[in-house]
Amino acid sequence: MAGKRKVRPPTYGLMAEFDNPTAAVAAARRVHEEGYTKIDAFSPYPVEELSEAIGVHKTYMPHVVLAGGILGGLAGYLLQYYVHVHYYAINVGGKPFHSWPAFIPVTFEMTVLGAGLFAVFGMLAMNGLPEPYHPVFNAPNFALASRDRFFVLVESTDPKFDRERTAEFLRALGPREVTDVEH
Amino acid sequence: MERYDYPHEDVGIHTTPAVIEPGHTFGTVTDKISSIVLRKRTPMAWWIGLALSFMLVNMLMGTITHLVLTGIGIWGNNQPVGWSFDIINFVWWIGIGHAGTLISAILLLLRQSWRTSINRFAEAMTLFAVACAGLFPLLHTGRPWLAYWLFPYPNTMGIQPQFRSPLMWDVFAVSTYATISALFWYTGLIPDLATLRDRARSRMGRIVYGMASLGWRGSARHWARYEMAYLLLAGLSTPLVLSVHTIVSFDFAIGIIPGWHATIFPPYFVAGAIYAGFAMVLTLVIPLRKFYGLEDFITDRHLRNSAKVMLATGLIVSYGYMMETWTAWYSANTYEEFMMRNRFFGPYALFYWALILCNVIVPQFLWVRRVRHSTLALFAIAMFVNVGMWLERFVIIPISLHRDFLPSSWGMYSPTIFDFSMFFGTIGLFFFLMLLFLRFLPVISIFEMRTMVPGAQIKEEQQ
Repeated sequence: MAGKRKVRPPTYGLMAEFDNPTAAVAAARRVHEEGYTKIDAFSPYPVEELSEAIGVHKTYMPHVVLAGGILGGLAGYLLQYYVHVHYYAINVGGKPFHSWPAFIPVTFEMTVLGAGLFAVFGMLAMNGLPEPYHPVFNAPNFALASRDRFFVLVESTDPKFDRERTAEFLRALGPREVTDVEH
Repeated sequence: MERYDYPHEDVGIHTTPAVIEPGHTFGTVTDKISSIVLRKRTPMAWWIGLALSFMLVNMLMGTITHLVLTGIGIWGNNQPVGWSFDIINFVWWIGIGHAGTLISAILLLLRQSWRTSINRFAEAMTLFAVACAGLFPLLHTGRPWLAYWLFPYPNTMGIQPQFRSPLMWDVFAVSTYATISALFWYTGLIPDLATLRDRARSRMGRIVYGMASLGWRGSARHWARYEMAYLLLAGLSTPLVLSVHTIVSFDFAIGIIPGWHATIFPPYFVAGAIYAGFAMVLTLVIPLRKFYGLEDFITDRHLRNSAKVMLATGLIVSYGYMMETWTAWYSANTYEEFMMRNRFFGPYALFYWALILCNVIVPQFLWVRRVRHSTLALFAIAMFVNVGMWLERFVIIPISLHRDFLPSSWGMYSPTIFDFSMFFGTIGLFFFLMLLFLRFLPVISIFEMRTMVPGAQIKEEQQ
């Protein structure tokens, strides 16, 4: 199977398929150490070591969520301030217009809302989702990436990519098979 | 139950059943959970349940139509009892929803891995409970088509909502809670929707699950951001869930009615919410795992842990009842004392003592291991708590209102048939949505279950 690959350039890349997470992580680490940069790995559940193996050490998610929280909280407080001090200032029970303790619950809720919206939509945006079509779906057996298989991908746009030599290298890492990914 | 009969327990050796039965692999976990949606024949019990709950949904629709056409006078609440079933049911449903967030968020942060097989289900419970809860205040406005007046927006009337009112806080708390719960649930579903997309045999299934999965492909880069976003959402939901019931309790505690004006309300309400929520989790999960043969994933460990949480929160709630009584005496305030005496011996005393029976006395059986280990007993106790938590809100709301400061303004309250048809209608709506969820979405988080399988952890070799 592995030797009988059809040459149909330009390919999107080469995909190595593994049936256990440990082998996939070891392979991803070797590929990364070898100097490949345009690489990715796929797993049916989050494997922290796998993202670290391909060189993803930190995400900007916490910053995005923090920004969302600050924006939401400010918006919530300023909204109430504007409404009760400027736009619609009415005397309720002799309380001051700027009665800040009463503004805290809504400010808190808006902080959580802002942070939560930024967390979900920020995550989707940074991941480039929704993206209904992607070349990796063309890889044989890729449907199993959402079941029990693990994949390591080297894209053809990688400066070190050479179809024959990269395929040789990947095959040496002990995958089930190495296949071309068509566009 | 025979299969979970652990012989060593007779000897008194403490053992904990696993959170997932041995012998499962990534593949079997995936197949077993996704087959409920994709492969198995829909069980007859599902159709019967759907038909029954659909009838109740129609009853709800009929009631709402009558309510909108006629007005909220069709309900029993009127001066002096301005709040009754509408607010009781609102608080009851919101409380039930809270266990879902507790399981999915707080237990995630506490690294309680047993939560994994019930969190998806509990989150769905939250979402549907909040939907049922939202109906009550919305319809109690009397003109639900003008409900957007609750939100501040520039308008030609030149008026704005009153942000110093706990009712406004409630609007923001509940709408934020509904939004965040929906996002949390959907975010958790994305990878599982991708699994269903890849395993669906029908074209329709592939298209629908494919669209819903947003093109998820399990990339390690995506997972890294996903995990962080999910963790942060859990971190955000934790204070959120506490704040929501705190704010719900402010609806009462900020008022001056004896029986409402108490500083113990926020923690007592939050504990009550978790108590009611875990009771509802048990009520739903016990038949669910039986009908769908999910005993491998929702093991006795889950039931026992839920029972322990119920016992703990039940004790907090009991402490709340004690404190209410003690405060009424210690305040030396005639009205507070009268409120408590009215609860104990007044015209609605039966409801108060039924509440004590359901929420304080019956759950004490959970101290006994044999009771915690009996599925049937747990189900029965959970039903008592469901009823008890409804009675608690009945005791707090109408019983406090019907006799306040001036005997000349006292009155009696009794619900009408439409109060009941609305209440049972929302129970129907809840089960209707739950059954649709069971049929069309994975009831257990598949990708999180994969992390529980032996072999999911990376074995680090020496390099």
